[in-house]
Amino acid sequence: MTAIESKPAEAVVKAKATTHPSALSEFWFYFSRNKGAVIGLVIFLVILVVAVFAPFVAPHSPSQQNRELLLLPPAFQQGGNWSFVLGTDAVGRDILSRLIYGARFSLFIGLVVVTLSVISGVLIGLVAGYFRGKVDTVIMRVMDIILAFPSLLLALVLVAVLGPGLLNAMIAISLVNQPHFVRLTRASVMTERTKEYVIGSQVAGAGTLRLMFKTILPNCLAPLIVQATLAFSAAILDAAALGFLGMGAQPPTPEWGTMLAEAREFIQRAWWVVTFPGLAILITVLAINLMGDGLRDALDPKLKRS
Amino acid sequence: MSLLEIKNLTVEFETSSGLFRAVDGVSLSCDKGEILSIVGESGSGKSVSMLAVMGLLPWTAKITADRMAFDGKDLLKMSPRQRRKIIGKDIAMIFQEPMSSLNPCFTVGYQLGETLRFHMGLGRAARRQRSIELLRLVGIPAPEDRLSNYPHQMSGGMSQRVMIAMALACNPKLLIADEPTTALDVTIQAQILDLLVRLQKEHGMALVLITHDMGVVAETAERVQVQYAGQKVEEQPVKELFRDPHHPYTAALLSSLPERATVGGRLPSIPGVVPGQHDRPTGCLFSPRCTFATDLCRRSVTLQPPSLGSALCNYPLVGGVPQNHPGKTAALAEERA
Amino acid sequence: MSEPVLQGKDLSRFYSVKRGMFKPEAIVRALNGVTFELHSGKTLAVVGESGCGKSTLARLVTMIEDPSAGSLLIDGKPAHVGDKSLRSLVQIVFQNPYGSLNPRQKVGTILEEPLVINTRDDAATRRRKVEEMMTKVGLRPEHYDRYPHMFSGGQRQRIAIARALMLRPKVLVLDEPVSALDLSIQAQVLNLLMDLQKEMGLAYLFISHGLSVVRHIADEVMVMYLGRPVEMGTAESVFAHPKHPYTAALLSATPMADPEGKRERIQLQGELPSPLKPPAGCPFNPRCWRATEECRQAMPPLEGDEAQQFACYHPL
Repeated sequence: MTAIESKPAEAVVKAKATTHPSALSEFWFYFSRNKGAVIGLVIFLVILVVAVFAPFVAPHSPSQQNRELLLLPPAFQQGGNWSFVLGTDAVGRDILSRLIYGARFSLFIGLVVVTLSVISGVLIGLVAGYFRGKVDTVIMRVMDIILAFPSLLLALVLVAVLGPGLLNAMIAISLVNQPHFVRLTRASVMTERTKEYVIGSQVAGAGTLRLMFKTILPNCLAPLIVQATLAFSAAILDAAALGFLGMGAQPPTPEWGTMLAEAREFIQRAWWVVTFPGLAILITVLAINLMGDGLRDALDPKLKRS
Repeated sequence: MSLLEIKNLTVEFETSSGLFRAVDGVSLSCDKGEILSIVGESGSGKSVSMLAVMGLLPWTAKITADRMAFDGKDLLKMSPRQRRKIIGKDIAMIFQEPMSSLNPCFTVGYQLGETLRFHMGLGRAARRQRSIELLRLVGIPAPEDRLSNYPHQMSGGMSQRVMIAMALACNPKLLIADEPTTALDVTIQAQILDLLVRLQKEHGMALVLITHDMGVVAETAERVQVQYAGQKVEEQPVKELFRDPHHPYTAALLSSLPERATVGGRLPSIPGVVPGQHDRPTGCLFSPRCTFATDLCRRSVTLQPPSLGSALCNYPLVGGVPQNHPGKTAALAEERA
Repeated sequence: MSEPVLQGKDLSRFYSVKRGMFKPEAIVRALNGVTFELHSGKTLAVVGESGCGKSTLARLVTMIEDPSAGSLLIDGKPAHVGDKSLRSLVQIVFQNPYGSLNPRQKVGTILEEPLVINTRDDAATRRRKVEEMMTKVGLRPEHYDRYPHMFSGGQRQRIAIARALMLRPKVLVLDEPVSALDLSIQAQVLNLLMDLQKEMGLAYLFISHGLSVVRHIADEVMVMYLGRPVEMGTAESVFAHPKHPYTAALLSATPMADPEGKRERIQLQGELPSPLKPPAGCPFNPRCWRATEECRQAMPPLEGDEAQQFACYHPL
């Protein structure tokens, strides 16, 4: 007979110490495995803090014009001035301050657009996926039509009809974004609809509204959250594009796209007036997209490893 | 020498809350022309250990073993390239879900032909010839017509037959069947089991049958290995196992079968659940659910000699009576319960 | 004999299936003329392979769908989908405990839901009732605030049973309640079901393909093949003397956990026919070793005595 210890002692201690991970710690485990996502999250948080505390962070007022300091180069270049770290624009406004205030607009646009398109998209998708049949066909054909247009072009047309301005731009972008949410919600609702827990609720007497919103919807949220993050960055890009084309926020609003548009003519003489707003857009969008990838890793069970 | 020999195989997975040991020191050997059945509940590591042999585990798995040899060749020291030459040719595997084991994009004939081309290097005409032969062998009517079928055009039983045909394509020496009939209907299950046993006899293959169904074990296997929570707890020839199980787990499992109980009466059930990743006990893994467990069992556990079914138990059962059991403590435990 | 709590009269359910743009719609007779009675405190087992109409029967009995023909009486009253008053009398437990509980709701919320929908109890009463039921099915009250994914398969099935019993139904449809569970857990759940039946006087409609479980728990058995009942009667007589060849084949195909009692197995040829084109006459005739011309012509009627009825021209 051979006596064997079932396990090395330390392994036992380790095994005893772990309990079932809470949902949050499990989420963080999968999210933090994606290094890019963590970097994205950090950058996004920094931008968020800066945007919220813009009046305290920004060295100058975004609209204050310094007539004697037009097109001042950034501080680290010859002729620069440390009180205007990233230089000034054609009418002598501090670019750094304008970028900081611009972050407010960009995040605000992203938030409003995502909220609008998520709410409308999820509602419509839920109806289509739950009731199927004719309702579904009609809704999906309309969505197909919207998707058939190049999104920016459609947004441009809408803004042209509604009139240029930040609010109208946001409405237009929401409308263009919303079919993605409709399709995604419809697809998840259709898979959840036939699951046994839904039938169980139905047998227990749950009505249509309860089944739709309390039983099915919470189980469709994970892919929607991921899509919402990606839509957030897309909305920032679209808003910047509309701003650049003169159809979005109107000057002198320190919106990043509008800033780019204003600075277009100085691109040869003063590289900083176009480069920094462009970089701001790039970094923000990149950070959010990276974060979205991490969310997908953490929330989509199909991609979970092990 | 046995065809497949595994000594002290351990497989661990990296998960969000630390390492999870799916297979814990399992040894196994299977001879030529033998039917070995691995039986256990979910989480007993029965599939994982065979997937480790096949090299089909995901990269998060950490595999260690003292020895893992097939036909005298050491699988652990082999390069992935050499290993691929053996896997699929000399060792073949069939799975539980026949419907998802076949690629839905290609015809049956193409998928069979691929295996034959890759391992046997057969020409086009020879491949077709052999495919038809194989399909006839597994009892598929009108095999010529079936070759151009897509998987979705076939029933579950038919798909499983095709999977078996594919596994047999290269005359494997060892066939691993992982719950081959669980997803099938009862009458079809009987057909497939008979087919597997017939083919095993005709070809002199070794067959490793992984299952959770005691009935399937009783009707097909020759030797049985019982696994619990990643460990091998008992190994016996099938008749002896059903007549005189030596491990309390096997005994309890057998007596909880409805067909062994009086109709309408209460079933003798095993309390509790199989330990998971977070509540692995020390000592004997079955001790929290065992009626004979003592303090010794909660500390360590003894491996019994083959005459006692290699039971992983301090007090192996003989004729339902635990040997060398400190009766006093047992009586006390009963009182407490 | 008392009034049956559940009664099906010639229940049928047909589905039309689109086969392509230019072909006419095909009709699948998922359930074709099923008549049965179920008394409280009794268990009727419905046995058959995939496509035999077991699940369709469950959908009709739980009033998720209306029958295409025939009638369903629950507690003596005719039932149909819109009728809320009978809904709480028939509840269901599914096969897969992983799919039958809402993963985003806590156990307490899941168990409370039937009460929220159907009663006017306040939160405290609901909680008390939920905890009572949890104790009854062998769960601890501290499980109230946990999510389903923290439980093992057997415990989830207990939760599912508790949910089904919250409204104090008279009939419980058990759709393969133990076949997804581990062997050592099956016995626990079967014991629980038998205890609950005794305690609450429940009637069970037990749907299963596992004959050994059915033999253990059922009072009466109905064997179905391709939407039709081919044999029914008391469990005793059906298991001891199967009359229909299909029942006999099913019994002999079920593996027995006894390696020494090697039996001659009835080898059934072929596969289940597609429900889209069922064979003429007796649906079992292409696979039956006793089939004659007569069987290919017409469907034999269900006949026999009180204890056992079968639909076969050439009974065993």
